[in-house]
Amino acid sequence: MMTETPPFTIEQFYKFVSEKKLMAAECVECGTMHLPPRPLCNGCFSSHMKWVELKSGGKLLTYTVIHIAPKRFESLAPYPVGIVELEDGLKLPGIIRDIEHEKISVGMRLEVGFETVESSGWPVWPRYFFKAP
Amino acid sequence: MSWRKGGSTSLSSKPLATIISAGLSKFGRREGVYGRELFAEAVKEAYDRCPNLDPRRDIKALFVGHMGESYEHQGHTGPTLADWAGLLPVQATRVENACASSGVALRWATLAISSGAYDAVMVGGVEKMTHRTTPEVTEYLAMAADYPFEQWHGITFPGLYALMATAHMHHYGTTEEQMARVAVKNHHNGALNPKAHMQKEVTLEKAMTSRVIAWPLKLYDCSLITDGASCLILAKPEIAGKFTDTPVHVIGAGQASDAIGLYERESCTTLKAAQLAGRDAYKMAKAKPQDIDIAETHDCFTIAEIIAYEDLGFCSPGDGGRMIEEGTTEIGGSIPVNTSGGLKAKGHPVGATGVGQAYEMYLQLTEQAGRRQVEGATVGLTHNVGGSGATATVHIFRRA
Repeated sequence: MMTETPPFTIEQFYKFVSEKKLMAAECVECGTMHLPPRPLCNGCFSSHMKWVELKSGGKLLTYTVIHIAPKRFESLAPYPVGIVELEDGLKLPGIIRDIEHEKISVGMRLEVGFETVESSGWPVWPRYFFKAP
Repeated sequence: MSWRKGGSTSLSSKPLATIISAGLSKFGRREGVYGRELFAEAVKEAYDRCPNLDPRRDIKALFVGHMGESYEHQGHTGPTLADWAGLLPVQATRVENACASSGVALRWATLAISSGAYDAVMVGGVEKMTHRTTPEVTEYLAMAADYPFEQWHGITFPGLYALMATAHMHHYGTTEEQMARVAVKNHHNGALNPKAHMQKEVTLEKAMTSRVIAWPLKLYDCSLITDGASCLILAKPEIAGKFTDTPVHVIGAGQASDAIGLYERESCTTLKAAQLAGRDAYKMAKAKPQDIDIAETHDCFTIAEIIAYEDLGFCSPGDGGRMIEEGTTEIGGSIPVNTSGGLKAKGHPVGATGVGQAYEMYLQLTEQAGRRQVEGATVGLTHNVGGSGATATVHIFRRA
């Protein structure tokens, strides 16, 4: 009996994050990689996908330091966030942790880390973040 | 950088629709006034400008931009505003494309006229925001950004444009000072606009030393939280003369979409949707960037105006910072941008902004812009962006 493939949803992406895995969906028909995963390929309209685990290293494309934060992030402010380019050209935004703000620069290598804390209420999505490799 | 003027008066494109009247509420902190009442204020001005119009007889549809139900606990804005405009039982449709809501409404109103379905329609927009606290407004505006990957990871709206600014600085050497110059210019213009939210000049030093919101963006790099409403009345070009002696034609109307997440897009230094919307608008208008005499661009943050110059072909990619520095886009420069004060100083009641930009174009192209009038302006462009660029619309207007 084959195990059923988990659905290609954002919910499932975050379930993998809770298992400390960064997973993307690859379209089996045309090879396009999707991060976040999606149930319908926006390249060829196929819904035939497979899960691919990504390496956690990447390059910082751009960043900012948020001083005025939304309520649930107020205690963290000021905090840096950036967009990191992972392998296959896939990009992911997130908070950068444990690096002095002055030492952050475009092009630097970062690595994905995983939070274990889960939130209550919708949505129950653990956060990933970026840190020095 | 040289800006060559084209022969704009000779643009031969066929009008898609014609603005026969326009109105704008006072923008600002409008305490004790409800959104629909602001809309009535804009509508009243449009009716007063156009005594030959019999609104209930002539206006056959209303398209209205409105972004957020949260502000006033009020959705279903279309028929509500139709009622407050005195237009019941007119067919009324609300359009929601974040900060581009009324720009998109304007485009579909234009296409509704050019399709032949209607002789005259009203298009408008409204947002009442200032009665909410800044954290509340921040949260409501953030809804225009991706939730599961951007909002969920603490990225605010200024944060998204800050990510673009950092990338632009890195790739092209754009500076914080160049961004601050956008604020200085737009505050100067806003001081000439009696309907602007902030009618005071700001110095370069003050702009550059204001508190950091999302580095590298500071307070004066950000547009204002504002209450306001806007309205235009559009008619078929062939019958516009029945209503007004000073019609303004809509000759180009482009729109495009992109991924909602900034991180999913090809580039952080350009808004592809704006480039595509501009390309389509220029094509419809049979115009080139050099034909544009005056523009209102979506300066929700100062970096957005710099990127707009590039996306609209006013300068080459990467030259936007230099363009502001050289004064090309000041009143008196060869292509004045945001003569109204822009979102930066006139204010940004999000749902009202797109049509509010067209209102400024109407005033400029009919020589009614008072102290900020650009002499001889014949062809104007408006550029309205939703969210961090998942929606963009560009319109081109010509004095009749």
